Amino acid sequence: MSETQTQKSVKGNNDTKLVYKTNGLNLWYGENHALKDIQLNVVENEVTAIIGPSGCGKSTYIKTLNRMIELIPGVKVTGEIVYRGRNILDKSYPVEELRTKVGMVFQKPNPFPKSIYENVVYGPRIHGIRDKKILDQIVEKSLRGAAIWDEVKDRLNTNAYGLSGGQQQRLCIARCMAIEPDVILMDEPTSALDPISTLKVEELLQELKKNFSIIIVTHNMQQAARISDKTAFFLNGEVIEFSETDKIFSNPSDKRTEDYITGRFG
Amino acid sequence: MKLIDHSRVLNHMKPRVSFNIFFRSLFLLATLFGLLVLGILLYRIISQGLPYFNFQFLQNLPSRNPEQAGVYTALIGSIWLMAVVAPVSLILGVGTAIFLEEYAKKNAITTFIQINISNLAGVPSIVFGLLGLTVFVRAFALGSSVLAAGLTMSLLVLPVIIVASQEAIRSVPKELRHASYGLGATKWQTILRVVLPAAIPGILTGGILALSRAIGETAPLVVLGLPLFLAFLPRSVFDIFTVLPMQIFNWTSRPQEEFQALAAAGIMVLLILLLLLNTIAVLIRNRYQRRY
Amino acid sequence: MGDENVNHSIQDLISKKFKKKRAGFSFERLVPILLFITALISVLTTIGIVLTLIFETITFFTRVSIVEFLTAKKWFPFSETHGSYGILPLVTGTLKVTGIAILVAVPIGIASAIYLSEYATEKTKKIIKPILEVLAGIPTIVYGYFALTFVTPILRNVMPGLEIFNALSPGIVIGIMIIPMIASLSEDAMSSVPNSIREGALGLGSTKFEVAFKVVLPSALSGIIASIVLAVSRAIGETMIVTVAGGSTPTLTWDVTRSIQTMTAYIVQVSQGDVGYGTTVYYSIYAVGMTLFLFTLIMNFIAQFVSRRFREEY
Repeated sequence: MSETQTQKSVKGNNDTKLVYKTNGLNLWYGENHALKDIQLNVVENEVTAIIGPSGCGKSTYIKTLNRMIELIPGVKVTGEIVYRGRNILDKSYPVEELRTKVGMVFQKPNPFPKSIYENVVYGPRIHGIRDKKILDQIVEKSLRGAAIWDEVKDRLNTNAYGLSGGQQQRLCIARCMAIEPDVILMDEPTSALDPISTLKVEELLQELKKNFSIIIVTHNMQQAARISDKTAFFLNGEVIEFSETDKIFSNPSDKRTEDYITGRFG
Repeated sequence: MKLIDHSRVLNHMKPRVSFNIFFRSLFLLATLFGLLVLGILLYRIISQGLPYFNFQFLQNLPSRNPEQAGVYTALIGSIWLMAVVAPVSLILGVGTAIFLEEYAKKNAITTFIQINISNLAGVPSIVFGLLGLTVFVRAFALGSSVLAAGLTMSLLVLPVIIVASQEAIRSVPKELRHASYGLGATKWQTILRVVLPAAIPGILTGGILALSRAIGETAPLVVLGLPLFLAFLPRSVFDIFTVLPMQIFNWTSRPQEEFQALAAAGIMVLLILLLLLNTIAVLIRNRYQRRY
Repeated sequence: MGDENVNHSIQDLISKKFKKKRAGFSFERLVPILLFITALISVLTTIGIVLTLIFETITFFTRVSIVEFLTAKKWFPFSETHGSYGILPLVTGTLKVTGIAILVAVPIGIASAIYLSEYATEKTKKIIKPILEVLAGIPTIVYGYFALTFVTPILRNVMPGLEIFNALSPGIVIGIMIIPMIASLSEDAMSSVPNSIREGALGLGSTKFEVAFKVVLPSALSGIIASIVLAVSRAIGETMIVTVAGGSTPTLTWDVTRSIQTMTAYIVQVSQGDVGYGTTVYYSIYAVGMTLFLFTLIMNFIAQFVSRRFREEY
C-alpha cells in the first residue's frame, strides 16, 4: 500500500494533488510586516521543508497554515491560503475543522500532564470516538507509527512527563497521528532534542511521508536536505526560492540562497 | 486501514463549536455578575445615603435623632486607629520580611515561621478579637482603648504586610546587592540603602492594603468591647473610642429606615476613606516605579 | 599624578572611618537579632491565640461537660437555671451559610476564572481584575448592610415564607464576597499551565471549551481545590454579614428560610451584651471560638496540603 502511494506522488496531474495553495499572503504583527506576498504550493505526500535564518517568517508561515497565528494578539493577515479547494483564511471556515485535518507538532515537546494513553486518545475522544476497543487500536497504531510503541507499551498509564525529551516529542507526533490528519505541520520539531533523539525523529519522518503530507520548518539545512522533497528558502518575510530540494542545494538560482546554504550568513 | 471515520468527525464538529460559543457566553456572564453586583451595591448605597451625606453629617456627633446624627467621633476614631496600626504593623511586618528574606537560613525554624504566617492569614478576624480581649484589654488592662484596638488590628494585618514586603524585597535584583557589597558595604548598609529603597513601592502598596483591611474590620472590635455609640473623642491612645464600621453596624441593626439610610451615608464615608487610601497607593506605585 | 593623590586620601579617609566604626560593628550583629524578634511576634501571636483559647476553654469545660458541649441539641446559654450548651445548632448555622455561599461562589468564581484565563484578551483582563479586587476589598459590614436591606427584601418578595433573618440571604452575600477569592486564585492556577500545552490541544482541533475543561482544568485542579477550601475557611469565619442578616436564633435544622445563629454571630452577640467577666457565658465564647478556630485551621491545612502534594511540574 505504501508502495503505491509513493508512486502516486512521484508525478502526475498536479492540480488534484495540491494540498495547500498560498496566494499573495501578507501578514503583520502590529506595524511589523512579517510575511510579504507569499506564493507557495504544497503537494500531497511530499515533505516540504522551509528553511531560512531566524526571524525570516518561516515559523509564522507554518502557524498561519492551521491558523494557530490567531492566538497572537494584533496579527493582521491578507491574501488567501487555499487548502483542498477552500480558503482557510475565510472566517467562516471553522478553525477546529481545519486543525482536525491539519495536525501540528511543536518546537518543544508539549504533552498534556496526563498518562501516555490519555495523551494519544485525547484527539479521538474530543472528536466523539468513545469505543474503548477502537481507542486501544488507535493508541497502538499511533504509537507504532511514531516508533515509540516498544518503549512505552508497558507503561501506557504512567504520566507522559516521565518520558525523555525525545520520547515526549515522538509521543506528540503519535498524538497528532491519532486523528489521522491529512497534513502534518512541524515547527522545528527537533530543535529541543539531542542528536540521537533527532536522528530517531528524522527516521520517523521518512516513514510518515508515505501516509501524510508534511510541511516542516527547520533551521538545520542538512536536515532539510536529508528529508525533504521540496524546499522553500525564506528571507525577511519573503520566499526567495522554492523548488526541488536537490536543485536548491546543488544549484540554487538565487545568490542569497546560495549564500545562506553555503553558510555565508544566517 | 483507517480507524477514524472522518465524516463522523465532521458531523460531530458543529455541536462542539456551538457548545464552545454557548459556554463562552456563560463564562462571560459569570464574570460580569461580579461587576453587576458591585454596580448595584454602589447604586444602592449612594441612592439611600446621599440625602444624609453632607458636611453636617461629618461634623455631627451620633444622636438618637437621625436628622442630627453624624459620624464625627467614628471618623476621628478610625483615624486614631490608623495612626496606631500603620507604624506598628509596618515595623513588625517589614522587620519580619527583612529577617526572612535577608538573614534567615533555610532551616526548620524559618520554614516554621513561614508556615505560621500563612496560617495566621487564615485565622478568622473574630478570633484575633478574642486574643485582643484576653491579652490587651484584660491582661494588660488597656480596656477598650485606641491602643488595645490598634495592637489587635496590627497583629491581624501583619501577614498581609509580611507577604507583600517579602515579595517586594525578593524582587530587588541580586546585581544591585552585589554592586553594594562590591564597594565594601556591610549587609545592613546594603539592606538599608539599596534593598529597602528599591522595595519601597511594593512595601507601601502592601501596607496600604493592610491599612484598608484594618479600618474596614468590625468583628474583632466588637469583641474588644468598643462602644457602638460614643459622643466624645479620645484624647490619648489609652482612651475609649469607636470607629466607622462600628457606627455603621449600629445604624444597620436598627429597624427604622432613617437609620438604615444613615448607615448608607456612613458607608459612603468609609468607602471614600478607602478610596483615598488606595489612590495614595496607586500614586506611590507610579511615583516610585523603578526600572531595572 | 593628582588623581593618585586624591585616591590615596579617599582610601585613607575610609580606613580611618573604618577603624572608628569598629566599635559600631556590633550594630551589624545586633540587627539580625532585632529583626528575629520582630519575626517572633508572628509566632507569639499564634501561640497567644492557641493558649488563650485553650485556657479559657478549659475553664469553660470545668463548668459545662465536654460531652454536653459536643452532643446537646440546644444552645441556650442565657438562662441561669436552664442553660444548655450544645454547639451543634451553632455549627449547623455556620455550615448552612457556608454551604449556600459555596454553591453561589464556586460556579461563578470558576466560570470567571476560566473566562479570564482562557477567553479574555489582555485588555479585558486589565479592566476586570481590578474590579474584582475592589469587590474583594469592600468591608464586610457593607456586605452585611447589603444583605439585610437589599437581598433579604428581594428574596422575601420571591419566597413569602422567608423570615426577616435567615440563612439564605447572608449565605448568598458571603458567596458574592468570596467570588473574587476563588476567581483570582483559580485564575492564577490556570494561568500557570503553560501555553505550549494549550497550543498542543488547539492544534488537534479542540475548541477553547475543550481546552479549558479537558486540559487546563485537570492540570490546575490542585490550585482550584485549594482556592475553594480557602474560600470555605473564609466563609466559616465570616462574622458581620451573618450577625446583621442571619439573626440570633440557634436552631438545629437544615431549613435555610429560618433565623439562625452562627458561631461567629454568637461571639458578637455576647460581646455586645453586658455579660459579666467570669460568668459561664463569658467563657463560652472561647469554647465557640476554639471550635471555629479548629474548623478554619483544618481547612487551611487541607488547602496547603492539596496545593503542595498535587502540584504539577511542567
